[in-house]
Amino acid sequence: MNIHEHQAKEVLKTFGAPVANGVTITNQDEIEAAVGTLSGPVWVVKSQIHAGGRGKGKFKELGENAKGGVRVSFSAEEALANASEMLGKTLVTKQTGPAGKQVNRIFIEDGADIERELYLSILVDRETGKVSFVASTEGGMDIETVAEETPNKIHTINITQSTGVTDEDTEKLADAYKLAGNSRDQGKKLFKALYKAFTDKDMSMLEINPLIVTKSNEIQVLDAKISFDGNALFRHPDLMAYRDESEEDAKELEASKYDLAYIALDGEIGCMVNGAGLAMATMDIIKLYGAAPANFLDVGGGATTEKVTAAFKIITSDPNVKGILVNIFGGIMRCDVIAQGVVQAVKDVGLQVPLVVRLEGTKVEEGKSIINESGLNVIAADDLDDAARKIVKAVKG
Amino acid sequence: MSILINKDTKIIVQGLTGKTGSFHTEQALAYHGTKMVAGTHPQKGGTDWTSATGVSLPVYASVAEAKEATGATSSIIYIPPAGAAAAIEESIDAGIELITCITEGVPVQDMVRVKEKLDVSSSRLIGPNCPGLMTPDECKIGIMPGSIFKRGSVGVLSRSGTLTYEAVYQTTVAGLGQTTAVGIGGDPVKGTEFIDIMELFLADPDTQSIIMIGEIGGSAEEDAAQFLIDEAKRGRSKPVVGFIAGRTAPPGRTMGHAGAVISGGKGGAEDKIDALKSAGVRVSPSPAKLGETLVDLLS
Repeated sequence: MNIHEHQAKEVLKTFGAPVANGVTITNQDEIEAAVGTLSGPVWVVKSQIHAGGRGKGKFKELGENAKGGVRVSFSAEEALANASEMLGKTLVTKQTGPAGKQVNRIFIEDGADIERELYLSILVDRETGKVSFVASTEGGMDIETVAEETPNKIHTINITQSTGVTDEDTEKLADAYKLAGNSRDQGKKLFKALYKAFTDKDMSMLEINPLIVTKSNEIQVLDAKISFDGNALFRHPDLMAYRDESEEDAKELEASKYDLAYIALDGEIGCMVNGAGLAMATMDIIKLYGAAPANFLDVGGGATTEKVTAAFKIITSDPNVKGILVNIFGGIMRCDVIAQGVVQAVKDVGLQVPLVVRLEGTKVEEGKSIINESGLNVIAADDLDDAARKIVKAVKG
Repeated sequence: MSILINKDTKIIVQGLTGKTGSFHTEQALAYHGTKMVAGTHPQKGGTDWTSATGVSLPVYASVAEAKEATGATSSIIYIPPAGAAAAIEESIDAGIELITCITEGVPVQDMVRVKEKLDVSSSRLIGPNCPGLMTPDECKIGIMPGSIFKRGSVGVLSRSGTLTYEAVYQTTVAGLGQTTAVGIGGDPVKGTEFIDIMELFLADPDTQSIIMIGEIGGSAEEDAAQFLIDEAKRGRSKPVVGFIAGRTAPPGRTMGHAGAVISGGKGGAEDKIDALKSAGVRVSPSPAKLGETLVDLLS
């Protein structure tokens, strides 16, 4: 689960991380009061969307010469004008895709006197299976670009889980950042605090870009991005308050209510599959035969008839869907449960497009007879290849 | 021969008394009499579990007790995500040699903790978020459907459950059969990687060819490719067919499996396919042609 920058800073602040004072607004009437609570002389007005590249982004509704999604303002009037102009507009960044994202909230914070910009992230390194700090003196830039152009400027420090961040680790980090004096002391404290935040809150990624050293040699978190491990949210019910449903695709949001792994794509063949690998492979084979998948959908191992019915309804609610492929290889998932769900869903919502069903594995005979006896206009397929050919032919002719 | 498990492997079920544990234990008992010997439950020690067909298994309060009483060397975990890591740790502490965790949705930082413990132990963990492993006609650990297997010569290893079934089914239809199939799981931090199983398949005389199924995310496929190159230089090699799921997956999105995500321009399917090809692996463009591609490679 991703959260906004202002929320990430709120979380980090509770762990003692230094962040600037700031106020969040969600509508035009609040802007003036918000600007007034900050003392200036510099206000930074930041669009809050779940995507990076905001500063260099462009607003769809504003001209090509309009400023980006993060604006430094040198008077209260300028801050007000900037916030007012950005709120409600659509910001397109290199991470949003061409459709962009509507800016529904703005974060206004005190500006900082930046001496140096650094990069810090904490993540679970899948190669080593350890929590790692990634540190670079090249802050404010895309870390992938740094990794490509100057890989020697990226330092990775693995943390031993049983000891946590040691003094040796914080020394290494402080060295990597070339910190001295006050900022070195503050930095060493901050690294431990950030690790604690990462582990206490079950984050899967924490990125501070940039982490800054101010002209008075203080450390400050200037931008922050947090993703929480969706599998650990059960033990952090408080974090759910941070979820911003307006950032999510409507179909994905609906799917999440049923605990379905669904991702909307832009093709024409809706897919319902069990297992993430098979679901991806089903998308791939559709592409191989010349069509495109409308979605990724893994109904999971423990799907009930209700869940399958919900999944089917979500697929058919997509107006781009010109055909549906159900591909099930039952292990935990039983073919008869899938068949009942499909039959029930078609009864509920009707079937306007061709439907190809391929069943194999646990309770396959029972599943096939449920489909056959239902009287539905279903195209049966023998195997995955046959299924992919049949649905592509039905859609493309 | 097979790898990791055979007809003599004795297995303890952690989570036997739950719905999923009961169902799959019944399936395992029905599969050539897989030696499921006991279950564990902290509050139900001393009771018996009885299957729908009337088979009874003793339930012990802990894995250590169950191991002591039965001599089992293997455990299978059907415990919900919140308790799965503790269940794995209990098996490690009891000195179980082969631990398999089916559970999907284990918090990744729990696995960081488990992995650290695992690294200094003598236990091997398969999973989590995996379908388990099977040796045809001998032993079924986990949730793979037994009916699609046939004893034979192909070693199957995979990050995906249902794609494992595809590979097994297609090699059965092709008449080749399997020595052992291992699903290593779709999580980013897991107990066993491709190269660990690849090593066992290369060393097993009955395994004459291998099907390896990877997917986007991480670099386990690239590591496996390098391993195959290194082993070939030492004179060890077997015909390998590969498949990588997720060529059409959009970057930055987690595709069902917690580990299946292309992030920061890394972990994409094409890089993995190129790496496998450079190691001499025949990569099937279609998940439906795994068996066919292998037959072609062997002819």
